[in-house]
Amino acid sequence: MSDAKELRNLIATEGAAVSRNTKGFNQGRYESTGRLDDYEGMKQEARAIKADAIERLPDLIDQLRETVEDNGGTLYIADDAEDANDYVREVVADREAQRVVKSKSMTSEEIEVNEALEEDGVDVVETDLGEWVLQVADEAPSHIVAPAIHKSREAIADLFNEQFDPDEPLETAEELTRFARDHLGELIEDAEVGMTGANFVTADTGTMALVTSEGNARKTVAATDTQIAVAGVEKVIPSVEDLQPFVELIGRSGTGQDITSYLSLFTPPVGTPTADFTDDETPLSELSTEREFHLVLIDNGRMGMREDDDLRETLYCIRCSACSNSCANFQQVGGHAFGGETYSGGIATGWEAGIKGLDTAAEFNDLCTGCSRCVDACPVGIDIPWINTVVRDRINGEKDGQFDFLVDGLTPDEEEGSPSLQKRFFGNFETVAKIGSTLAPVSNWLANTTVSRQAMERVLGIDARRDLPQFQRETLVEWFADREVTVENPMRRAVLYPDLYTNRVQVERGKAAVRVLESLGVDVMVPAVASSGRAPLSQGMISTARGHAERVTETLAPHIGDGRDVVVLEPSDLAMFHHEYERLLDAEAYEPLAANSYEVLEYVYGLLENGATATDLASGDGERIAYHSHCQQRTLGLEPHTVEVLERRGFDVLTSKVECCGMAGSFGYKEQYYDVSIAVGSDLEAQFTNDDARDCIVVASGTSCLDQLDDLLERPSHHPIQLLDEWGENSI
Amino acid sequence: MSNSPLDTLVSALDLQDVPCERTTRTSFAATLAEHLREPAVGVPMDDLGVSLADTDVTVDPTPAGLKAAQTGVTPASFAIADYGSVVIPDSSTGTELVSLFVDRHVAVVDANDVLPGMEAAFDRFGESFRERADSAVIATGPSATADMGELVRGAHGPSEVHMIVLEDDNE
Repeated sequence: MSDAKELRNLIATEGAAVSRNTKGFNQGRYESTGRLDDYEGMKQEARAIKADAIERLPDLIDQLRETVEDNGGTLYIADDAEDANDYVREVVADREAQRVVKSKSMTSEEIEVNEALEEDGVDVVETDLGEWVLQVADEAPSHIVAPAIHKSREAIADLFNEQFDPDEPLETAEELTRFARDHLGELIEDAEVGMTGANFVTADTGTMALVTSEGNARKTVAATDTQIAVAGVEKVIPSVEDLQPFVELIGRSGTGQDITSYLSLFTPPVGTPTADFTDDETPLSELSTEREFHLVLIDNGRMGMREDDDLRETLYCIRCSACSNSCANFQQVGGHAFGGETYSGGIATGWEAGIKGLDTAAEFNDLCTGCSRCVDACPVGIDIPWINTVVRDRINGEKDGQFDFLVDGLTPDEEEGSPSLQKRFFGNFETVAKIGSTLAPVSNWLANTTVSRQAMERVLGIDARRDLPQFQRETLVEWFADREVTVENPMRRAVLYPDLYTNRVQVERGKAAVRVLESLGVDVMVPAVASSGRAPLSQGMISTARGHAERVTETLAPHIGDGRDVVVLEPSDLAMFHHEYERLLDAEAYEPLAANSYEVLEYVYGLLENGATATDLASGDGERIAYHSHCQQRTLGLEPHTVEVLERRGFDVLTSKVECCGMAGSFGYKEQYYDVSIAVGSDLEAQFTNDDARDCIVVASGTSCLDQLDDLLERPSHHPIQLLDEWGENSI
Repeated sequence: MSNSPLDTLVSALDLQDVPCERTTRTSFAATLAEHLREPAVGVPMDDLGVSLADTDVTVDPTPAGLKAAQTGVTPASFAIADYGSVVIPDSSTGTELVSLFVDRHVAVVDANDVLPGMEAAFDRFGESFRERADSAVIATGPSATADMGELVRGAHGPSEVHMIVLEDDNE
């Protein structure tokens, strides 16, 4: 696992280039997908095609074998990397090839075919300019689509000038590109074998689609007489027509291009003449078009993933890189930290776990905070956070926990294996919080002593630079129980869900919510309910999280049955109810809660829309506020409700443009991730301290966003419900 | 009023800085001359009903002739209006080579072969690939790369693309 020092180092050396490029891609994605008439419909269509293809994969491969052979090519299914490489080496040896030119292929990186061929003395040349830069530099890709994204133009110029010593030193991107094209052009024209990947292969015709911009894949195929295509078995889709949604989605989702320069649809062997470029006598039309074609489809663990209910969706991945570009952590550290042996970004956990095993996935898997921003970005809607959670759970299950006794008292969890002490501490935070508020304020004083903070950092990895939550002696549930308020003729009846933080730490925002809801005519109750299980789930402690889910639904079910809505302050808990509980519970327990729970401002919006009078709520009088929504709130599509309510109440709302604040629950507290978290947060800090926002009141919906903002900014931050609360001690 | 596919194509090409000229078969040779940077090579265009015979284009060049050429003139099977794309067929006359191993590609398409979008395009691909097992490239604008730190037009393929749309003489 990357430690704090390695991550700090990567942020310092590669962070700027990675950040600039990935954020550019991500912004481009929003713009480009926004130009589609029916983006969501197209995504659903793409997902359905992949789901069907993976379901029918063995049959499709049989069909593909027939079409490839009818076309005059060969299909080879390789069990693993070695099997694939043996086959490729044989083809290259039979052709007596001196040189193999390659277009970009992650699958060829996965099997390390370059090294295998080089052992045979074959000259292997990467022709994608980014891949070639890395081949010259002897570095690994940091991004699955733009492999040299971590290198600046200056770094590439230094590399070329040193390695090739050109007559005139190279400087501009044009000069570097021209130099690379000329150099590689000669090598391509002399090569015997062209190796490509394949983004998709259609079973009905044996057509492979290659998505490129440079034209090197076209040249790799056109200039050689033997083509080898290597691809994972999951690339097979039923028909040519099925390519259409993918062709329209892949560039938009990845680099934010509506379409890349070239979309090659090769049905090999292709019919282009094979040319010797020194030939100045034979017209093109009289040249031979004889070609060999070998399609090597690689299993390497994929058929096992297909049988694995939790990893299967990984096979839907079209390698567009949206999950990398939309990931706040990836934007800071890139694929050298957020990646395994071959793949990088959020979905890499699924690939590496399925192909290489849990050890490789464990190296980087904790960089996924489960913020869920990639789920909307993924053109085939893969639940990437869930795959990360499951793999984390499996990794936990493999470890020996020799120090577990240290936190055993705090960790009444249900894990069979042994997550790290740090994971168990954060995963069982409900117990910590209960003790904390029972003993408050003494517990707060003690926890904040230097000695305690040093011990916490050493034993639990809680970064000493973070402020700890201040537990309140009186919980929200206790405060509520002592009140006697009756709402006459209530418009609705609701349970306000007392999430862990609202109940024990941010009690004021809970009180504000109660008062606001009551003023809008809602009969509110605040019963004691278990915490949602978000904390253990984010540590990969699925059984423990399931226990929480069961307790929550058992407590809330009678209230829902009695006609009460469930109103939730913390968006990550609402996301649990709507989303993860579906995986943790049976439908009978899941559905009523999912159907009847609302984010608090969403609920207020609904009340106002249905005639509730807002006159008792505080009004903004044109006050400008800076609002940061919450990653999971955005994924649920609930940011606009808060903005709308605040605007109706006269606030002038400026919204943040970052995907995530970088805190992500426990993530930012962990000493190994403190720097990443602060680097992510620095974007938000910049937006909220610029001229436009410097003097605004800061508002955020998520608990950990508020913690992060409190650490980043010198002015305090509030939950939006507190802005509407005319009666609060801290009313604004 | 919705735009015709041809109008859509023209505006999409405009956004990509791809010069596009509409002409008739009668005026084709004169129009083409404006778009050539010599030496120019090409493949026969019999299917489009035009000829390169009266132009400065060397038809059916040798590989060495192709390598020395600046401009490559080829037919396009069809165009895709929404994306400003041309579809380059795979042929034994070397369409793929002539469109790729040059710095300027001039694609010629029949105005009746401008399809509105990808759905229509893939219906056509499905039919033709299943029938003839052929290949094609959807080309949109010049080749490009951002791998050297900034966007550069003209990577391995052409740095410039021009399009000529052939309309019927009586239109």
